[in-house]
Amino acid sequence: MSAFSAIGEETEEDQNEFTPGLEPQPTWCPGCGDFGVLKALKGAAAELGLSPEEMMVTTGIGCSGKLNSYFNSYGFHTIHGRSLPIARAAKLANPGLTVVAAGGDGDGYGIGGNHFMHTARENHDITYIVFNNEIFGLTKGQTSPTSPMGHKSKTQPHGSAKTPLRPLSMSLNAGASYVARTAAVNPNQAKDIIVEAIQHDGFSHVDFLTQCPTWNKDARQYVPYIDINESEDYEFDKTNRSEASEMMFETENALHEGTVLTGRYYVDSDRPSYQQEKKRIGEMPEEPLAERYFDDSYEWERSFDNFLDKHK
Amino acid sequence: MTDHELIWRIAGGSGDGIASTSQNFAKALMRAGLHVFTHRHYPSRIRGGHTYTEVRVSADPVKSRGDGYNFLLALGDSFARNPSEGAYYGNEEIKPLSENLDELVEGGVIVYDSGLLDPSEIEDFDERVEENNWHVYDIDLRTIAREHGREVMRNTAGVAVTCAIADIEPDVIKSLMSDAMPDKILEPNLTVFDDAYEMVQEEFDVEAPDIQAPTGEHDEEQVLISGSDAIAYGAIDEGCRFIAGYPMTPWTEVFTIMTQNLPELGGISEQVEDEIAAAALAIGASHAGAKAMSGSSGGGFSLMSEPLGLAEITETPLVLVEAMRAGPSTGMPTKPEQSDLEHVLYTSQGDSHRVVFAPGTAAEAYYQTRKAFKLAYEYQIPSIVLYDQKLGGELSNVPASVFDEEPNADLGSVLTEAELEEAPHDDSGKYQRFQHDTEHGVSPRSLPGQKGGRYLATGNEHMPAGHISESPENRVAQMNRRMQKVDTIRAELNDDDEFNTVHGDEDADLGLITFGSQQGTVEEAADVLNEKGHSVKVLGVSEMMPFPKQQVTDFLDSVDEALVVEMTASAQFRGLIQKELGGYGDKMSSLLKYNGNPFEPLDIVEGFETALLEGEELPDNRTKFVPKVGE
Ligand SMILES: Cc1ncc(C[n+]2csc(CCOP(=O)(O)OP(=O)(O)O)c2C)c(N)n1
Ligand code: SF4
Ligand SMILES: [Mg+2]
Repeated sequence: MSAFSAIGEETEEDQNEFTPGLEPQPTWCPGCGDFGVLKALKGAAAELGLSPEEMMVTTGIGCSGKLNSYFNSYGFHTIHGRSLPIARAAKLANPGLTVVAAGGDGDGYGIGGNHFMHTARENHDITYIVFNNEIFGLTKGQTSPTSPMGHKSKTQPHGSAKTPLRPLSMSLNAGASYVARTAAVNPNQAKDIIVEAIQHDGFSHVDFLTQCPTWNKDARQYVPYIDINESEDYEFDKTNRSEASEMMFETENALHEGTVLTGRYYVDSDRPSYQQEKKRIGEMPEEPLAERYFDDSYEWERSFDNFLDKHK
Repeated sequence: MTDHELIWRIAGGSGDGIASTSQNFAKALMRAGLHVFTHRHYPSRIRGGHTYTEVRVSADPVKSRGDGYNFLLALGDSFARNPSEGAYYGNEEIKPLSENLDELVEGGVIVYDSGLLDPSEIEDFDERVEENNWHVYDIDLRTIAREHGREVMRNTAGVAVTCAIADIEPDVIKSLMSDAMPDKILEPNLTVFDDAYEMVQEEFDVEAPDIQAPTGEHDEEQVLISGSDAIAYGAIDEGCRFIAGYPMTPWTEVFTIMTQNLPELGGISEQVEDEIAAAALAIGASHAGAKAMSGSSGGGFSLMSEPLGLAEITETPLVLVEAMRAGPSTGMPTKPEQSDLEHVLYTSQGDSHRVVFAPGTAAEAYYQTRKAFKLAYEYQIPSIVLYDQKLGGELSNVPASVFDEEPNADLGSVLTEAELEEAPHDDSGKYQRFQHDTEHGVSPRSLPGQKGGRYLATGNEHMPAGHISESPENRVAQMNRRMQKVDTIRAELNDDDEFNTVHGDEDADLGLITFGSQQGTVEEAADVLNEKGHSVKVLGVSEMMPFPKQQVTDFLDSVDEALVVEMTASAQFRGLIQKELGGYGDKMSSLLKYNGNPFEPLDIVEGFETALLEGEELPDNRTKFVPKVGE
């Protein structure tokens, strides 16, 4: 019998299950795109029939980091940039959990960029949602790694001299096996993409455009948007790496020219997840490690029997 | 060292197999009933660079390297760099011989590989030999090795020569070779051994040097163990099945031992992108219900600073090990020091509350690693095992029975789903995982995936169910509860009081105080001092936080004054004692060493007699004396 009975439990949750009954209520500014992520995640979790207690949502620091304060599941609000390593390890220790990591563009593409790159490379079976508002929200509007060139802020008074980071291209090159972009103004697509991302076996990265009306007033509200998978103007195969790469490049360029392109960019369903690879080489147990500590019949090994002979 | 000891130094180049040869030699003599203790000296290079290992062999227990040594086996450095004397690093080829002469005692033996080394390159070599009455054996080990096998087998030839001169029964070594070597290389190695052994017996006078390996007998089975082995085995026996890390000398040893052993135990090891990730992974795994650890050395541990604080405020059990080396920055990667003490005690923002142990011996490293896990998981607090390259790397014989302990995989203060049903929840149905008033400050946790246990863990200050809060009342209640755990742990440690050891006569007038890996050496120095007529006892402190105030106070009150011995340049440990006890600065002087080499017993004898008692300057800058406050 599992010590974690919320995992795999049959539920017919409606999305209200993922809303805390009383408190806390979101404190994001009116019109903030972060509401859109929360709503999409609730909708996706309900649609997938997940129960709040089989989900673990880790976040970084930023306005975006408050996501799991307002989402009713197990949550770990970590430190700036470190939601991914904590998420990865929880999934390794208890693979039955549905693990979602989330944070801002500063959090994930700046200070936590190294973890982003390596988590994608290793293809951990988790979902990563980046609230991309092209700004540091919580610390009051400084330029972020995705702010467009020329973007003025208190810390870039003459406008940024840096070209913005290309999140989709970077993700693909690092090794993510599912890459999508959606926008807060597009709730149905956002929910569908998060459903797919959670279902995907491997690292799924969702770059989520979230407008920040408070600090990023010049930025568009990410409307109108175009869904590249539906629009007839864009023809490409999302399972083809080089076509995906070109589409991403075009999308990243277009954003700064005022065109908001969204959709699924890359899906590789064949690549085994890191967990599968690690099991294959014999470095990860078949049964979840976390269960073992509750198994009274397990005979714990000890060094005296296993390792001492070679020291004699 | 005593007359009945063999202290054998095998010197060569990095990559020449010095470490494995010396390990086999030590193990063979341990099997033959002797006590052994090794000391390693090596450069931060893969190939080339002078390296040696010393094996101290005695019929009686040994807990330190000795003072000087009496048998040198100098092999060539086959990867030596620029052999010109004018080069910055000097003539490297000759170093295995030239660099080791200063510490060789009078009457000692020198065996050198004349196939590679030419002593005429060493200034005054012959004069020094005569002056010191050294017995020199120039033997072309390389040629012997080549004749029957390959050049690398000259190590075997050198060991055979050692046996012939020091009167060690060849079978002692040969039976170990049979166990340790694969068949393919065993045969030629045995032939090389016999050849070299016979050659020495026939061609040299092996009776002349009065150096004989002692003989002895153990009353119980022994194992040859390093501090790194002991830490890893302690973790495994405590049910640790998850480790994350990033390589850094010397912590890499623990990481490697764990990584090699975990798969067969159904455990998980992750080599990750950096140490921030390493510590964060250990936190994530522990949070999800695995017993987990990480670790590093100075620089990597600096990167763990922020995750460490996260573990404190989220009350996530976390075990870290920190293998100190000489700093600051990259410092001297392969040289021991104890100067990360304050770093480990206080790093990360806010008021630190954690457990820090600094074991003094391999056996203590095993027990204290286990205790570190127990406390971390029971009290939901980070525990750190602080050690250094010396303790991690030196090998000594330990009774096998030390490890004959029951495993313990208990997760500590965790609720089951059944218990969660009865536990308090808030109005949104969240489990109150951080309740204010709990016994000993511990509020039991739930694990993700458990029904009825959801809550928010956060690095922000938080309410009982985890929600972020800046309420002053809640803040004080949560801080007090978290800090209270440290006092409770102190009380628990006082009860079993095993690790802060006093050595020597209880009524002694003067004290030596030390911590961590220097313990054995300081105890040996005290024995020497007492033999010389002084009245000295030693306190070896192994618990740094929470600090054993009562024990240290009692010790200091019982002596007239004390010399604090530590491998730091700023007397950090003495500072810690003063801070914790709120005084005693006028009772403690310091003896410091930070030149990259650990203390030898005679360093301490000299510091004690010359500087502390006679108030004279120390003759060189190997060690430094700092007088008490007010002097
Ligand atoms: C190590 C560290 N450095 C800096 C900060 C301060 N800080 C908090 S959030 C943040 C940036 C937030 O921007 P982003 O990640 O894009 O999140 P947003 O608020 O826009 O959602 C910074 C710099 C911190 N908390 N920790
Ligand atoms: S500052 Fe911007 S990102 Fe933060 S809550 Fe307000 S609108 Fe949203
Ligand atoms: Mg942002």
